[in-house]
Amino acid sequence: MTMRRLINLKRVEARRIYLTYFIVIIAYVICQTMSSTRILSSTMRGMLVPICAYMVMSISLNLVVGISGELSLGHAGFMSVGAFSGVAAAILMQSVIPFAPVRLALAMIIAAIFAAIAGFLIGIPVLRLKGDYLAIVTLAFGEIIKSILNNFYMGMDSGGIQFSMLSDTTRLLPGGKLIIRGPMGISGIQKIATFPAGFILVMISLMIVFNLVNSRSGRAFMAIRDDRIAAESIGLDITKYKMMAFVLSAAMAGAAGALFAMNYSTIVANKFDFNTSILILVFVVLGGQGNMLGGIIAAAALTILPEKLRQFSDYRMLLYAVILIVTMLGTNNQDIRNFFAKLNPFRHKEPEEEEAA
Amino acid sequence: MTKKILTCTILVLAMASCAFGAAFKIGGTGPLTGGAAIYGTAAMRGAQIAVDEINAMNTGITFELRYEDDTHDAEKAVNAYNALKDWGMQVSLGSVTSKPCEATAAENFADRIFALTPSASSAAVTDGKDNVFQMCFVDPNQGSASAQYIADKKFAKKVAVIWKNDDVYSKGIRDTFVEKAPSLGLEVVSETTFADGNDNDFSVQLTDAQKNGAELVFLPMYYQPASLILAQAQAMGYAPKWFGVDGMDGILTMEGFDKSLAEGVMLLTPFNADAKDEKTVKFVAEYQKRFNEVPNQFAADGYDCVYAYCQALTQAKATPDMSAEDLCGKMIEQFTTMTFNGVTGENVKWAKNGEVTKDPKGMVIKDGAYVGLD
Repeated sequence: MTMRRLINLKRVEARRIYLTYFIVIIAYVICQTMSSTRILSSTMRGMLVPICAYMVMSISLNLVVGISGELSLGHAGFMSVGAFSGVAAAILMQSVIPFAPVRLALAMIIAAIFAAIAGFLIGIPVLRLKGDYLAIVTLAFGEIIKSILNNFYMGMDSGGIQFSMLSDTTRLLPGGKLIIRGPMGISGIQKIATFPAGFILVMISLMIVFNLVNSRSGRAFMAIRDDRIAAESIGLDITKYKMMAFVLSAAMAGAAGALFAMNYSTIVANKFDFNTSILILVFVVLGGQGNMLGGIIAAAALTILPEKLRQFSDYRMLLYAVILIVTMLGTNNQDIRNFFAKLNPFRHKEPEEEEAA
Repeated sequence: MTKKILTCTILVLAMASCAFGAAFKIGGTGPLTGGAAIYGTAAMRGAQIAVDEINAMNTGITFELRYEDDTHDAEKAVNAYNALKDWGMQVSLGSVTSKPCEATAAENFADRIFALTPSASSAAVTDGKDNVFQMCFVDPNQGSASAQYIADKKFAKKVAVIWKNDDVYSKGIRDTFVEKAPSLGLEVVSETTFADGNDNDFSVQLTDAQKNGAELVFLPMYYQPASLILAQAQAMGYAPKWFGVDGMDGILTMEGFDKSLAEGVMLLTPFNADAKDEKTVKFVAEYQKRFNEVPNQFAADGYDCVYAYCQALTQAKATPDMSAEDLCGKMIEQFTTMTFNGVTGENVKWAKNGEVTKDPKGMVIKDGAYVGLD
């Protein structure tokens, strides 16, 4: 099914998809080899998993922003729902499933489900809006999720799982353990996230998005994005398709959140604030809206860049901003684009693609 | 700017001087930029002074210090920690703030690199790790010590607490304070909260405290929100006694803060820059000379950490060519048995779980300076 669909695609489109898979696989193989032979520095090794998580975030937001054409400013909210539910699930499963990779996979699936539920609930009011209004409301929901998690307590004892809000009134029996501790987040997480797991998650996300984009639903997303009224006039159910993109995107963000959280021994809700949402949006915009490969390269580059700038100490964030601005301007400048287009060996075969991209 | 150039020159000189002989590579992460930068910078400067002094003393122990910025974020802290590991760090100063230190402490534990954090005070930092130690009190102790101090000195009977409910530090102190207060005859008449994002207007919290007749307001928080609370309380004509913890330290050096507002504010902190003992006088003078300000508790903690390392390394007869793992074993042995005298306390001892025991000192702000209460 998948193969036939890809074969039926326009050749350039198929080439782009295979190129993306190819680059991701090659990058993984190189990094994994360098990491296991210790050629890679500790700094880089430590960033492999977060980079994978940010790549999935970039793919996930690209589905909403690039493909379905809605600006979401609260994506870190779904990441945090995933992070907290996934980590809590992993802790609860610790004694039942001692094998870490399985526990990680299950935790990510649970995280995706919880984030999808959050995406659905938020989608109901939010997707009635469009454009700037939608953007601002998603921003607000991102902050609401953060506030809820900052006031959320969950513990487990022999009587089962206990919840409370605002302050810790769970009254756990002796031997019970408070897992989510409001503003203190979750501490003492077992670090079970691994680079191969991150790679698999990136590949799965890419497959989901590419297959979706080249399906009937995907074409509906783009039709709605390009002309809402025309799409409605031919009988497309706008809310349904928008909801589909939004929930799927939330689910992927949730899985990424779980992966990210399980790479650190501690996680707090404040980590997933407005700044993180904007950072993910920057990945998407810098990589090109709708361009998955660009988005994941931007995610990797912008995660590594601040670390590579450490030698400039206090000036590094200034330099980071300058580099970001120059890149944004540079990639939008027609002269520079033409210059790079000349270097592209496939250029003569796809002149019309340059326009479409 | 001059200050920055000066710091850079000192750093360069320090590094150059170390390049000659083998030195212990000592590294730490802390917020050097962003909202919490005052803490990271202070701890780094304190540690740098200690390193320079020790290197100049010719005791056989020399240090090479490197601090990396973690912007008070766990993810960045782990990155910073890894950068230090690449540099060849042998013993670690952990992280300056609590949450980032929880993350780096787990790395310290996994990599067997010994850590002594100057100021990360949450209990989870040392929990379950045999090679992570603290120079400062653990948060819960600050809460109970504050309640004890207020009760002992009979400052008030009716107490209000304003705390930040999305902050580990604030919550840790508040929890033990509220738990301990009733047994000491203190009545918590008002308890209100704020969080990131709604920390600009405190009229609701202050009105609640005033309405319930609180004679003393306990502020377990960092100094930025505290400065706003003081200003707004004055504007509404409410003048209770104010009591803070070590996060309040730094309020006098805050840019744009009217020092007269902090007049009479009391705080419990292990370091008193006005103390007359030789060590403190020397440290404060040097710090003032270099950075033109009075060192706060974080600077003192950073300073003490390096001296504690110096003592432990000397006693263990450690040499800079030892691996981090060998040093880790020796340091655990030393820190659990030795007694240290520093600027943040005499007879400082560490328990097996990494927690420190020393006596806190009460301070009050008088004429724009910290003065000891006792």
